[in-house]
Amino acid sequence: MTDPVQSLDDAELHGVPLLRVDAVVKRFGGFMAVDRLSLDVRAGEFFALLGPSGCGKTTLLRMLAGFETPDSGRILLNGTDIAAVPPHQRPVNMMFQNYALFPHLTVRDNIAFGLKRAGLPRAEIAARVAEMVALVRLEGMEKRKPDQLSGGQRQRVALARSLARRPQLLLLDEPLAALDKKLRENTQFELTQLQRRLGTTFIIVTHDQEEAMTMADRIGVMEAGRLEQVATPRQLYEAPNSRWVAEFVGGINILEGQIESRDAGRMTIAARDAGHVIAAEPLHCLTKNDICVAIRPEKIRLSKRPPASDAGHAAVINRLEGIIIGVNYLGGQTTYQVKLDGGAVLRVSVANMARLDVDAYNVTQRVVAWFTPDDCVVLDQ
Amino acid sequence: MSGRRIFASPARRAAIAPYLWMLLFFLLPFGFVLKISLSHTAIAQPPYLPVFDLAHGFAAIKAAFAALSLDNFRLLASDDLYVLSYLRSLVVALISTSILLAIGYPIAYGMSRLPARWQPVAMTLVIVPFWTSFLIRIYAWINILQHDGLLNKVLLALHVISVPVVWLSTDTAMVIGIVYSYLPFMILPLYATLAKMDSTLLEAASDLGSSRLKAFWLVTFPLSLPGIAAGVLLCFIPIVGEFVIPDLLAGSNSLMIGQTLWLEFFTNRDWPVASAIAIVLLVLLLAPLLIYDRLQRRQLEGRR
Repeated sequence: MTDPVQSLDDAELHGVPLLRVDAVVKRFGGFMAVDRLSLDVRAGEFFALLGPSGCGKTTLLRMLAGFETPDSGRILLNGTDIAAVPPHQRPVNMMFQNYALFPHLTVRDNIAFGLKRAGLPRAEIAARVAEMVALVRLEGMEKRKPDQLSGGQRQRVALARSLARRPQLLLLDEPLAALDKKLRENTQFELTQLQRRLGTTFIIVTHDQEEAMTMADRIGVMEAGRLEQVATPRQLYEAPNSRWVAEFVGGINILEGQIESRDAGRMTIAARDAGHVIAAEPLHCLTKNDICVAIRPEKIRLSKRPPASDAGHAAVINRLEGIIIGVNYLGGQTTYQVKLDGGAVLRVSVANMARLDVDAYNVTQRVVAWFTPDDCVVLDQ
Repeated sequence: MSGRRIFASPARRAAIAPYLWMLLFFLLPFGFVLKISLSHTAIAQPPYLPVFDLAHGFAAIKAAFAALSLDNFRLLASDDLYVLSYLRSLVVALISTSILLAIGYPIAYGMSRLPARWQPVAMTLVIVPFWTSFLIRIYAWINILQHDGLLNKVLLALHVISVPVVWLSTDTAMVIGIVYSYLPFMILPLYATLAKMDSTLLEAASDLGSSRLKAFWLVTFPLSLPGIAAGVLLCFIPIVGEFVIPDLLAGSNSLMIGQTLWLEFFTNRDWPVASAIAIVLLVLLLAPLLIYDRLQRRQLEGRR
C-alpha cells in the first residue's frame, strides 16, 4: 500500500545533511536531558523541535549553540565535529527566547555587535546593518535602545542580530513565545518567508504545535530526551508513529482494543468500549496484539441515520451509534462529544459550513458517528 | 505622568513624609548652620553674634540681619590651612575610593557568580563586620599596625622586611583604615547590579563571537556602571568628611577637613568658621551628586 504522505518526505531527505547529530547524550546530575539522540538536518531546511517542557529540546539547541557540551556523541556541521568548539567560534547563531538584547546598546549597535567581533571593515558593517534593518523593517529605529521598542520590534532586532553574521545555521529558542497571539501569527508567516528568501537553515524550538506545523518543513517531536518522530507536519498529524505522538499533536480519539482478524489490508479490531472497528493495516509493524485505534475528531462524521449503504462500500464504513452529550460551538467548527453505546466518548468536530445551524445536533440527540477504515491509525497501546 | 493619577489621595498624603523628614532634619538644621556661618564669633552663650531675639521686636531682627557677613568664607579662601585641608580630603577620598573600587569590584563580581545558595552567605560575610562597633575595629587596626603589631611580626617572620616598619600615624595606615571600613559600601551596590544582570546577555555576546574577556568588557562592565557610580558616591562623599579614621590612624602634620572642622568647633570654639567650613564642604560634595543625578536622569529618559 502506498502512502502519499510518506513519499513526500522521502523526496525531502535527499540532500546532504548540513547538521548531523549523532548519538548525543547529555545528563544533568542523574537526569537524562538528551538520550542518545540522532538527527540529520539538511541545508536550507526549516526544522522544528517540538515537545513538552522538560523534554530536552532546549538542551539540544544549547548543545548546537555550544552553551552545553555533550557527554558523549558527535555534532557534525558540514562533516566537522563541533561538539567541543566554544560558542564564539561556531558558524552558528542563536536567537534567544528572551531576545537577550544588550540594553546599553542601540538597535544599530546590537545588530553590529557580532559583525564587529568578526573584525569586518567599518563600511561593510554599516552596509550589513542597513541590510538587516531593512530585512526586518526597522528603518528609523536604529538609534533606539531596546527598552524604547515594543515587544514585536525587539523580536525583530533579535532576529536581525542573529542573522547579521550570516550563520550557516540559525537556532531559534521559542522565538515567538513572548508575542501576543495576533502578532505571533503574522510573525510566523514573516519568519517563514524570510527563511525561504535567505535560504539559511533554521532550527526552531517550540512547545506550540501550531507554530511548528505552520512554519517548519519537518518537525522532530521530542519526549524524555528522545526523538519520538521526525516527519513533515502532514505526516506527523495524519500518520503518527506512536500513541504518544498522536495524542501530543492535535486532538485525537483513542479506542483501545485487540486485533481480531486481518484480511486484505483491513484489520478488524474489537475495541474495548466501542464494539468492532475496521481499520486500514498500518505501515509500521505492530509488536503486540493489544493496540489502539486513533481517529482525528474531524475525520468522524455525524448523521441522524446510518449513512446510505450503497452495497459496494457498506462493509467498509464504521458506524458507531451513540448520543450527543456535549456541544461546543467554536465559530469555524463545532465540537460534539458523543457517548457511544459501548461506553466510549468520541470527540467529533464538524466544520460549520452554513451560517444557519441547519445541521446542528443537540444534547441527548441520538446520532451515528461514522468513518472509513482509512481514517483510522492503528498504534501500539 | 499617568502615574500621578494612580495614587489615591491617602497614598499622596503618605508621599509627603519624606519631604517632611527633609525639612525637619536637613533644611532646618542647614538653615541654622548657614546662619551661624554668616555670624561672627563672640565670647557668649551661644558663642556667636548676632542672635535673633524676637523679644526685642522687629527692629532688632532687622539689625541682626544687617550684622550678617561673608567674612568667614573670605577667611576660608585666604588661609592656606583650609584650602589645603579641603584638597587633602579630596585627594585622600579619591585615592581611597579608587582602591575600594579596585578591591570591591572583583569581590562583588565573584559573589555574583557564586552558586545561588552561597550568595546569601557571602553577603552575610560582607555585612558581619558591622556587628562590631566601628571604633573598636579602628582600635584593632591600631593594634595591628603599631611598632610591634601583628603586621610587622608577620612581615618580619616572612623575611619581607628586616626592621619593623612604621605604619601607624602615616597616610598608609589611614588609607588602610578607610578602605577596610568602607569596603561593604562599595561591594553591596556593585553586587546588587551584578547579581541582577541577565546571564543570557553573556551567552548572546559569546554566541556573537566574543571571548569571555571581551564579553565582560563589552557587556558586564558597561551594565555595571550604575553600581559603580552608586558605590563610588557612597564611599567618596563620607570619606571626604571623614574625621575618626584620620584622627586615630594618620599623623598630625596635615589635617583632613573633618579634623579642621573639629578643631575650629571644639578647640577654638569658633562656631561661625566651623559652620562656614561645613557649608563649603556641602557645596563641594553637591557637585558629584549632581553629576550622578544627571546620569540617572539620562538613563531614565533612555527607558521612556
